[in-house]
Amino acid sequence: MPIKSIDDLVDSLRERLYIAERGLATSIYLAYKLGRPLFLEGEAGVGKTEVAKMMAEIFETELIRLQCYEGLDVHHAVYEWNYTRQMMNIRLMEARGDRISESELFSREFLLQRPLLQAIEKSHESQVVLLVDEIDRSDEEFEAFLLEILSDFQITIPEIGTIKADRPPFVITSNRTREVHDALKRRCLYFWIDYPSFEKEYEIVRAKVPNAPPKLARQITAFIQELRSVDLYKIPGVAETLDWTTALVALDQKCLDPAIVEETLGVILKYQDDIEKVASEQVRAILTRVEVREGN
Amino acid sequence: MESVSLDENGSGYFLHNLIIFGRVLRGLGLDVNPGRMIDLVQALDLIDINRREDFYHTTRSLLVHRLADIPLFDQAFELFWRKPVERWEALDLLSLVKKKQAEPLFIPPPLRQPEPAQVEGERDSSELSERTVIEVTKSYSDREVLRVKDFAELNAEEIESVRRLMQQLAIRLGVRRTRRVRPGNGHRIDLRRTLRTIYKHGGEVLVWARREPKYKPRPLVIIADISGSMERYTRLLLHFIYGLAHSLNQPVEAFVFSTRLTRITRQLKNRVIDRALGDVSQVVLDWAGGTRTGESLKDFNFIWGRRVLGRGAVVLIISDGWDRGDVDLLRREMDRLQRSCYRLIWLNPLLGSPVYEPLTRGMQTALPFTDDFLPVHNLASLEDLAGHLASLSRRR
Repeated sequence: MPIKSIDDLVDSLRERLYIAERGLATSIYLAYKLGRPLFLEGEAGVGKTEVAKMMAEIFETELIRLQCYEGLDVHHAVYEWNYTRQMMNIRLMEARGDRISESELFSREFLLQRPLLQAIEKSHESQVVLLVDEIDRSDEEFEAFLLEILSDFQITIPEIGTIKADRPPFVITSNRTREVHDALKRRCLYFWIDYPSFEKEYEIVRAKVPNAPPKLARQITAFIQELRSVDLYKIPGVAETLDWTTALVALDQKCLDPAIVEETLGVILKYQDDIEKVASEQVRAILTRVEVREGN
Repeated sequence: MESVSLDENGSGYFLHNLIIFGRVLRGLGLDVNPGRMIDLVQALDLIDINRREDFYHTTRSLLVHRLADIPLFDQAFELFWRKPVERWEALDLLSLVKKKQAEPLFIPPPLRQPEPAQVEGERDSSELSERTVIEVTKSYSDREVLRVKDFAELNAEEIESVRRLMQQLAIRLGVRRTRRVRPGNGHRIDLRRTLRTIYKHGGEVLVWARREPKYKPRPLVIIADISGSMERYTRLLLHFIYGLAHSLNQPVEAFVFSTRLTRITRQLKNRVIDRALGDVSQVVLDWAGGTRTGESLKDFNFIWGRRVLGRGAVVLIISDGWDRGDVDLLRREMDRLQRSCYRLIWLNPLLGSPVYEPLTRGMQTALPFTDDFLPVHNLASLEDLAGHLASLSRRR
């Protein structure tokens, strides 16, 4: 389904329960229209990966995902030869007294496509969404390689030749655990996804966990919003808000009370130091602030 | 949000303004190039530029690609694209540019003036040639003296020579095993190369080609104290840090602190050392202030730790340990820092003095969490440090 305008995109995302702020929708729309990769940055759990999933749904296409890690190389990201099959083939031909030619041995039949190649091949048929997830986890070598692909959207396999993409399709995400090189970002449209405002987050909670009682949803959202202003090593993201809501609904809670908050803190805080810091007094203090907010 | 009003004269003016806006941003230090501007013009065709919000996000997503630049962009956008209600004040933008290029609030501690050169009378040529010979030997012994002379006692000339000697100091950091491999004698089979030989030999596996892991030098993170008590060492240490950042071929992250932490990595990138240090003096607002080590380390742990301590980084803290901050906080943050890096090395210029014992409260608190506690008061100690860094083993 093609996107006609920014409003159109906002609506499509909303239909799929993704509440996007207009700025994000603008960036996605432009990335699509200009055929540029989109570089999304933000803290963990603000919905960066989710954007790619939604885009794939909107285009009614498959999401091709490349999870980055340190040491990720061409053979895991682009292509690899199927060595075992090649070896078997050499032996088989030899048993028959024949010899396989080099061009046959390195033909597409023995080529294993990894995500980047898949995306480029697929782009000849339909719109593709490729997610290069958590680019900050890969190393500089891979970044440099990706730069090459981003500049002309093509891949060269020495034995086969150059394969060019028709429609460059990209979403790149980063958690900012390290600075990604400027040259890479420069080739993309950049958007920083911030934590949502109270209203937006409440809307997200209501949309994603519809069976949560409104009062509970409001309290949870307010609590998390307050928690984000506490000095924490790892601030809870929207993903944590949703997990927590689901957990509390499963526990049949109608509203927040200090005991249940303390028992379930592990769902939203992932460091022992943070849990210790927030436990007891802080929980009560935040709950009081939440109630004051409710009162207004 | 109010809309961006187009001039009656149409898009000609608008385009013109857009280009000026691009220049303003570049003037503010944003990475805006003509290619991006062309993209922007294309992009603006796709949206309704009368909707200010869309216009804003379009320009931002194309012209900004660093989180740190967003606030600056916002200010410039606000000033540039507002409706000229009363009177267009171009001065506002100028003031923004000026703010960026303001004079440093504090110029780093000046060098001790060189001792006035001895006024030497006219000498005849025979004496002159004799003197030259003497000077050669003198400069050699000078070097020896300089090696062990405390940094704090150097005069400007000597600092200059020490700087030159520092540049010759080859520092290599210990290595770390990466997740990448290369052809070698490791225990992993290299199918790619094996297949090639198999093909050559018609299907017989004669030798299994192997791979071994690649090793890389560890990233280095330097956190230097520039508070009042360290003032005598500050300038030379900055030179030292600059030298490290430019001679090592792995990422070096540099931070300075006295009451607050400032990252100076970007400033140090400048290839002209004086300009780099000039930039540093502009971003650092607390030269020779008090010392709040705990708070500064906390800032580091919270904001930068996860970003720069990956991949087995070595952390160098350069400080004399005089601390006026919260001791409990210092203990907590040191503990955390040590746990999140490969090796935590504390360099203390006072350690060179034979009577010094690390009794200051801050130093005492921090000591249990350091892996190494070394002096950096003279050139000889820097050479020792270089040796130590190179010998860092693979395990702590």
